[in-house]
Amino acid sequence: MSADIQSFTHLLKNIKKGAEGLKTYRLAVLADSASQFVVKAIKGTGIEYGVNYEIFEADYNQIDRQVFDTGSELYEFKPNCVLILRSTEKLVKHFYSLPKTGKSNFAEQQVSYATELFEQVSRELGCSVILNTFPETHDSVFGNFSSKTSLSFPFQVKKVNLGLMSLSQDKKNLFLLQLDSLMNRVGSAIGFDSKMYIGGDMVYSLDLLPYLSKNVHDIIQAVNGTFKKCVILDLDNTTWGGIIGDDGLEGIQIGDLGLGKAFTELQLWVKELRKRGIIIAVCSKNTESIAKEPFEKHPDMKLHLEDIAVFVANWENKVDNIKYIQSILNIGFDSMVFLDDNPFEREMVRTAIPDITVPSLPEDPAEYLHYLRTLNLFETASYTEEDESRTLLYQEEAQRTILQRSFTNEAGFLESLDMKAVVKPFDNFTIPRVAQLSQRSNQFNLRTIRYTEADIKNISQSDKHLTLSFNLADKFGDYGLIAFIILEKQNKDTLFIDSWIMSCRVLKRGMEVFTLKSIVELAKSQGFKTLIGEYIETKKNGLVKDHYQKLGFTQSSDGKWSLDMDSYMPTVETYITKTEA
Amino acid sequence: MEKEQILSEVQEIFRNILDQENLVLSAQTTAADVEDWDSLSHIQLVVAIEKHFKIRFTSREIQSWKNVDEMISSIQSK
Repeated sequence: MSADIQSFTHLLKNIKKGAEGLKTYRLAVLADSASQFVVKAIKGTGIEYGVNYEIFEADYNQIDRQVFDTGSELYEFKPNCVLILRSTEKLVKHFYSLPKTGKSNFAEQQVSYATELFEQVSRELGCSVILNTFPETHDSVFGNFSSKTSLSFPFQVKKVNLGLMSLSQDKKNLFLLQLDSLMNRVGSAIGFDSKMYIGGDMVYSLDLLPYLSKNVHDIIQAVNGTFKKCVILDLDNTTWGGIIGDDGLEGIQIGDLGLGKAFTELQLWVKELRKRGIIIAVCSKNTESIAKEPFEKHPDMKLHLEDIAVFVANWENKVDNIKYIQSILNIGFDSMVFLDDNPFEREMVRTAIPDITVPSLPEDPAEYLHYLRTLNLFETASYTEEDESRTLLYQEEAQRTILQRSFTNEAGFLESLDMKAVVKPFDNFTIPRVAQLSQRSNQFNLRTIRYTEADIKNISQSDKHLTLSFNLADKFGDYGLIAFIILEKQNKDTLFIDSWIMSCRVLKRGMEVFTLKSIVELAKSQGFKTLIGEYIETKKNGLVKDHYQKLGFTQSSDGKWSLDMDSYMPTVETYITKTEA
Repeated sequence: MEKEQILSEVQEIFRNILDQENLVLSAQTTAADVEDWDSLSHIQLVVAIEKHFKIRFTSREIQSWKNVDEMISSIQSK
């Protein structure tokens, strides 16, 4: 077991410690195998990472009854998420019982069954559903010939898995626990225990369970907006082999030199992460010009300076440097991963910044990449094309930070930015990004109600709601869609601010006031008089605790905030110009 | 390995898995004598003992043990 994945025994001990004070999350687990250990593993994993999973565990092999009987305990429980675990062992048994015709269209049948399960749960509960892909155990009935006949189980189970993956691409609220790749990684000799299966109908070994439960936890957390956004790289012996200051440009190991291949492949992987939207930062004890040299000049480097959002190389301690990187990126420490070969530096960072994830990299660089891949550090619940350009956004942000430090008064700085905003109701282009912001945003989020893309689409078409999205650009670049508003019509006079969410990248730009002005303009044009706002406290949104007060709302006895729009006068000037798209 | 030595190592495993620091096993101890030694924790115990002694029990062996002594005999026979 790896240093960063807890053993099953450790997870059980977590349960004994209790989950008091942790935020609770309701999860239903339905399985066609014995699920007692799965449930314990998920519970223990939750406690390890600060979540109290309240779990409804369905009776053994009751998936159909729980899902298709709308009066079942599943629906009574009202979970936030439903995990349905199906085993290859049951699948193969079912496959064997079928006549030839059933075997040849087995995958289609299975995928439509999975679709029904998902649709039913989705209709009744509207929550996200996690299904698993099946470990592709070869049944050795046709030998290697199995690829050449559609009547073989290996062919059909692979097709089922592919079908499930396609299905999950069509259904926004359907997520797959990829047990096939998990089992592939640990191997069925370790991941499956025949004795546990024959004696107890348990299909996951005690060694597999911590990985399985960690992945379930990762999916649930990502769906709820908690995931990694940034990886910070040490350089010497992490990004390349050797020490640039001592070994020189020609002496560092990368490409074909020494252990270079290990570092090259790690860089290629990090670059792929960058392309999918993970921000890359560098934090190295080095002289800056020397540290940058390989990025600029070494022909075998896969990472280049334009891949790095924030580059910090100096002789200060790493804790301060990581805090500096955090202040520029303005994201939570819990969304950052720090990679460093030096156990001493790692421990120092872990101690000073408990929320940051610091994997215990293996001693041998040859093992870095394989090890990191087992940790599933970069789970996500969404992907849009805008993710790809995120590095550029953060590089622009670093330039703004530097400019801001040159101004002594804020108004002068804001004016010099030459900000322009595009304001419009949600449309097909903005809906995916709005949904993503709804999932990701933790700090500037007044009520933290999470909406999926399907939800946002419904709201945009509903006649009970008004919506606004905000795109902002300045002289350094385009921030993209950085804020949105959902207003609910309570009666002919009153609008309730259901969602007010803003990206923290545009904090202190006057965007709050500009947004309120836009709301008031829209609301008045439709004859509304009063605006009601609400602040629901979470662990992370303390930033907007006094949001409505600052904007001139008055608090009523029920704790909500209201604004009489006829008498509303903006108190501060904004330096944002409204433009057409 | 001597039975006594095996018993002491098995006892350590039981203490760790069942999270009972002061648990004392004897040859005659049965599942009924130990709190939390149920069919679920039995699976964990078996897996941990197999790993520790680098052995594999058969399913038949696991179901045949009536007390700790018989378990230790199985370990000794490997």
